[in-house]
Amino acid sequence: MSTLAMIYIFILAIFTGVEVIARVPTVLHTPLMSGANAIHGIVLIGGVIVLGMAGDDMVLCSLGFIAVVFGTLNVVGGFVVTDRMLEMFKAKAPAKDKEAK
Amino acid sequence: MTSTNISEAAYLLASLLFIFGLKRLSSPRTARSGNLVAGIGMALALGGTFILPGMGNFGWIILAIAIGTVPGWLLAKRVKMTAMPQMVSLFNGMGGACAMFISLGEELKWLNGLDGRVGLLPSLREALTQMLPRSFPMLLGIVLGAISFTGSLIAFGKLQGLVSEKPLRWPLQKPINVLVVLGIIGAAVTSAGVISVNYHYALTWIIVLNVLALLLGVLQVLPIGGADMPVVISVLNSCTGLAAAVTGFAMKNMSMIIAGTLVGAAGSLLTVLMCKAMNRSLAKVIFGSFGGTAQGRAAAGASDKSQREIAASECAIMMGYARKVIIIPGYGLAVAQAQHLVHELDELLEKRGVEVKYAIHPVAGRMPGHMNVLLAEADVPYPKLLDMEEINPEFEQADVALIIGANDVVNPAARTDAASPIYGMPILNADKAKNIIVIKRGRGTGFAGIENDLFYNAKTRMLFGDAKKALQELTTEVKAL
Repeated sequence: MSTLAMIYIFILAIFTGVEVIARVPTVLHTPLMSGANAIHGIVLIGGVIVLGMAGDDMVLCSLGFIAVVFGTLNVVGGFVVTDRMLEMFKAKAPAKDKEAK
Repeated sequence: MTSTNISEAAYLLASLLFIFGLKRLSSPRTARSGNLVAGIGMALALGGTFILPGMGNFGWIILAIAIGTVPGWLLAKRVKMTAMPQMVSLFNGMGGACAMFISLGEELKWLNGLDGRVGLLPSLREALTQMLPRSFPMLLGIVLGAISFTGSLIAFGKLQGLVSEKPLRWPLQKPINVLVVLGIIGAAVTSAGVISVNYHYALTWIIVLNVLALLLGVLQVLPIGGADMPVVISVLNSCTGLAAAVTGFAMKNMSMIIAGTLVGAAGSLLTVLMCKAMNRSLAKVIFGSFGGTAQGRAAAGASDKSQREIAASECAIMMGYARKVIIIPGYGLAVAQAQHLVHELDELLEKRGVEVKYAIHPVAGRMPGHMNVLLAEADVPYPKLLDMEEINPEFEQADVALIIGANDVVNPAARTDAASPIYGMPILNADKAKNIIVIKRGRGTGFAGIENDLFYNAKTRMLFGDAKKALQELTTEVKAL
C-alpha cells in the first residue's frame, strides 16, 4: 500500500470520526470515551503481528509479548467497562415499569 | 481466496463495524449494542491477523492474550461505578504502552533489516534525508504511546488518590517541558544520523527518546488539578488513538490506521465538547493554572461570614413537610457510595406526597454523564433526572434544594464574580430555592479550590458529615416523622 493511499485514508477517517459522534448528548460523554478507548485497543493486533512474525528473535518476542498483554488489557477492560456503564442505562426501562405499577 | 485476502476482508469489515459501533455509541438507545458491534469488529480483526501468512509463535500469542484477559476482565467487572473514570484512564494507558512496545519492535526490526541488506553505511546526508523519514512513524508511535502510557498512569493515580490531586508546581515548569520536547526531537534526529556510523548506535538514542517521552507524560499531567482530569483523560485517549494510527502507518495495517484515526478524531471532538460543558478552555486545562486567583479572594471573603449548621432532625422536618424538593447530587455523593440511600430518601419523601426531582449538572460527578450512570445504578427513574436547562427555572418553586457533596456547580460566583476562575460556567440555580440544605464533609473548598458564597447565604443550612452517614440519619428522621 502506498504512503499516499494511507494518508488519504487517514484524512477520510478523521472526518468520519468527527462526523459520527458530532451529536452525542452530554449523558453519553463518559461511556463514549470509554467505548472509543476500547476501539483504540486495535493496537493489540499490531502486537500480535510483531510477536507472530518475530520468529525466534528473543528481543522482538519479548517486546511483542508485552505489547500483546497490554493491548489485551486495553481491549478486554475497555469493552467490559463500557458495557457495564451502558447496562445502567438499559436498566432504566424495567425500573420505570415498576414505578408505573 | 488466499489467507491474505481473507485477512484483508476481515480488516475491512472490522473497520466498518468500528465506524458503525461508534455511531451507535453516540445515541442513548443504541449505545449498548454499539459497544457490542465494535467488540465484534475487534474479534474479527484479531481473527484476520491470526491467519496472516508468516505468522508463528501462536502458543506465546495465546498465552499473552490469556495473561491480559484475566486481570482486564476482573478489574473491569469489579470496579465500583464511582471509580470508572480512573479505570478508563488505566486501560487507556495500557493501550499507549502497547503502541509504544510495538513501535519499538518495528523500529528494531527495521534497523536489523538495514544491517543485513545494505553492506555500506549511508552518508550522514543520506541518513538524515532517507532514514529519518522512514523511521518517522515508528519514532512518533513510540513518543505518542509513551506519553499516553505515563500520562494516563498519573491521571489514574490522581483520581485514585495515589498521587496528589492538587496541581503540583515546580520552578521553571514550562522551560523544562520545552527542553524535554527539544530533547525528544534531538534524539530522533540523532538516532537516524548515527546510522551513518553504525546501525546499532541508533538503538541507544531510541532508548533516550523513549525515556524522555515517558518523562514528558509525567511532567505534563502532574501540574493539572484533579478537577480537570476528565479532560486530560479524553486528550490522552485521542493521543493513544493517534499512536495506534501511526503504528498502523509503520506496519501498513489498514484497520489500525482507520480505528486509531477514528478514535483520535472522535476523542478530540469529545474533548472539545467536554470543555464546553465545563466552560473551560482546552489550552487553559493543559497549560494554565486553576485556583490561583481564587485563593486571595477566599481569604478576604470568608472571614466576615459564617456557615450555619443544622441537625438532621430539623432537615427531616423541613423536607418532610415541603411540597417540592430538588436534590443536587455531586461527587461527594459518589465517593460516599450513597446513591442508593438518596433513592431511599427520595421514595420516603414521595410517599409523604413531596415532589422530588434531581438536578444533574453536565459535569456532576467526575465526568460528564457520570452522575446519570450512578443514579441509574440505584434505580432512580430516568424522568426524575433533569438536565440543568430543564431544572433551573424550577428552583424558584422548590421549598428545599438538597445539595449532596456538590460545590462548584452551585457556586453563584460563576454568575456574579468576573474575577473567579469559574466565572461563566453554567451553574444550577440552587440559590433561588426557598431553603438550601448542604450536606458536606467539612468546611473546606470544593474540587476547584474556590470559596462558595452559597454556603454563607442566609437561606443555607449546613449538615456536616459524610454523605452516607448524613443521609442515613436523614432517612431515619424522615421515617420517624
